[in-house]
Amino acid sequence: MDFRLSEEHEMIRKMVRDFAEKEVAPSAAERDEEERFDRGIFEQMAELGLTGIPWPEEYGGIGSDFLAYVIAVEELSRVCASTGVTLSAHLSLASWPIYKFGTEEQKQKYLKPLAQGKKIGAYCLTESGSGSDAGAMKTTAKKEGDHYVLNGSKIFITNGGVAEIYIVFALTDPERKHKGVSAFIVEKDFPGFKVGKKESKLGIRSSPTTEIIFEDCIVPAENLLGEEGQGFKIAMMTLDGGRNGIAAQAVGIAQGALDAAVAYAKERHQFGKPIIANQGISFKLADMATAVEAARLLTYQAAWLESNGLPYGKASAMAKLFAGDTAMKVTTEAVQIFGGYGYTKEYPVERFMRDAKITQIYEGTQEIQRLVISRML
Amino acid sequence: MNFTEEQRMLQRMVREFAEKEIAPFVPEMEKGAFPREVLRKMGSLGLMGIPIPEKYGGAGMDFISYILAIHEISKVSAALGVILSVHTSVGTYPILAFGTEEQRQKYVPKLARGEYLAAFCLTEADAGSDAKAIRTRAVRDGDHYVINGGKIFITNGGEADLYILFAKTDPGLGKDGITAFIVEKGAPGFIVGKDEKKMGLNGSRTVSLIFENMKVPAANRLGGEGEGFRIAMANLNAGRIGIAAQALGIAEAAFEKAAAYAKTRHQFGRPIAAQQGIAFKLADMETKIEAARLLVYRAANLYAEGLPCVKEASMAKLFASQTAVETATEAVQIFGGYGYTKDYPAERYFRDAKVTEIYEGTSEIQRNVIAKWLMKGK
Repeated sequence: MDFRLSEEHEMIRKMVRDFAEKEVAPSAAERDEEERFDRGIFEQMAELGLTGIPWPEEYGGIGSDFLAYVIAVEELSRVCASTGVTLSAHLSLASWPIYKFGTEEQKQKYLKPLAQGKKIGAYCLTESGSGSDAGAMKTTAKKEGDHYVLNGSKIFITNGGVAEIYIVFALTDPERKHKGVSAFIVEKDFPGFKVGKKESKLGIRSSPTTEIIFEDCIVPAENLLGEEGQGFKIAMMTLDGGRNGIAAQAVGIAQGALDAAVAYAKERHQFGKPIIANQGISFKLADMATAVEAARLLTYQAAWLESNGLPYGKASAMAKLFAGDTAMKVTTEAVQIFGGYGYTKEYPVERFMRDAKITQIYEGTQEIQRLVISRML
Repeated sequence: MNFTEEQRMLQRMVREFAEKEIAPFVPEMEKGAFPREVLRKMGSLGLMGIPIPEKYGGAGMDFISYILAIHEISKVSAALGVILSVHTSVGTYPILAFGTEEQRQKYVPKLARGEYLAAFCLTEADAGSDAKAIRTRAVRDGDHYVINGGKIFITNGGEADLYILFAKTDPGLGKDGITAFIVEKGAPGFIVGKDEKKMGLNGSRTVSLIFENMKVPAANRLGGEGEGFRIAMANLNAGRIGIAAQALGIAEAAFEKAAAYAKTRHQFGRPIAAQQGIAFKLADMETKIEAARLLVYRAANLYAEGLPCVKEASMAKLFASQTAVETATEAVQIFGGYGYTKDYPAERYFRDAKVTEIYEGTSEIQRNVIAKWLMKGK
């Protein structure tokens, strides 16, 4: 086992880190305070090729792999978790299913602009009555000649409102329950598509999260993704990869918090010495650093498996579970290490702590990850 | 825990008050509004001077009743809990315990009735955990002191009428060179600096203070020169138990809301509380809260009886604050995606809980205190 990253991967890390520090970090606190999404940042990511990292050039990507993508999400999240999830939802959740299940036409029509970052993607699965129990969804899609008519609503949609392309899961055959779910590629300006309420959140506040409402929404039949009844399987397989993205986001958040805490602990003096000279602080930092390292390795392993066409369901669930818990612990301790200052908005660690929490919840709660893992044992 | 009938009556009264008068104002507080009107109502009900003797205008109740009040108020608003705790534990008590009769008569009744709000000014930019490293300087000049320097993270700062201030009268003497003062708002040279924007405890105002040749009458010195550090430390017990009660209130509120949600939210055909993953979480949360409650009231009881309680107060603060953070974090988890939105209360408990591990002595300082007693063989 060679644990070293290739030169290509190191280059991507450096490129994204420089971009993140120069173009994303300076506005992160303000965008969080204002709950403001900045499309300009997304467009800059597109220029760097980040919006289509793993896709072949024929589909507008740069022909790299999932490990490179995960590194990019990690580096972005290190300064701004909102930017990390904007990319992750766009790529893992919206682009991947088209790459995997789309027809050649659908790939040219939709994957390409997503890969090039000309359009933003989103993924609509969750409803008010179906979160963890995704199969209990109620949104319907009735076939009528050359199109489907969608009715229902989805909640907690990342990139909601700013995305142009939405992967939507709806029941084409309600009698068959989750076996009757189909996947659709829906464009924002299809008739009957409405962006509903925007959530005001604890964290990742510059990533817009909205309700999406379908009122007799007309979707052309050729926008069916995969086959009728295949939707649930597509949704679940998509989440397997999405988990890697969130694990990477969590690793990034944790690393950002760790870096800040170490720097502060070395320069803050009390009782005549830097606070890191106290075992109470240095041991904490040691534990934090160890956990972040372990989380990163789990995440890279899952990405490597995916890149190499090997099964990665258990690995990605483990990565997401461990990285999410690590992010929560590390950021909470980082605020502690900063003392009173850590509790103010003048320092970034309270934002990191607020951002970390969501990584334990979305794209499959920690409880769901445990179910997934235990079923594979 | 055996509370007296009188204590239970106060607890009930405060709980009702909190639900009727405080809860509706919480959304405003979340937007940054200071609860002036609520504090006025609390004053008229005697809640701003619960443990203060009647002869000084207080309700003359015991320390446990006061802690019960902070606990109940904090379940509804942690911000209001700390406003009260700082006002009484470290704002009023020092004057009661160390003031001259004249100072007591002049200030305590107004504080006890809530006509005056108090604040406690110790922390500086370079003196947090290392409190004795403060640099604010007080120089005697005839019948007053001239004070220069600044303080940060002052709860109730800017709103308070009275500030218990700690400054160095003799920089050469370390902690024995610190003196306490009672500073009234409006003292010449007293400047309210910036308001901190915080993660939580919205509605509780936290400011910097700047003293530019501030003149304070010598009659407002609290205790003798050089006694300041002792005065600051003496009031820490009451302060720590107060914060422990605040943390307990946050933890209980988070737990109760999460448990109620878990029973009504259905997924996979049954309430999520029926899943062991969630049920076990709730069991652990409730157990820790019970342990925290016992630690808090044991410390409060010792304090009420005038018995030593430094270690017990530290343990209560350490454990209750940790419990608040853990419980609030799990509460958001149990609420799932909804818990992450501002439509549900869990995220507020999450943001409020964290500070209880930091102020009035970080958890690391509490561990130091407890360990010191361990070393003494006690």
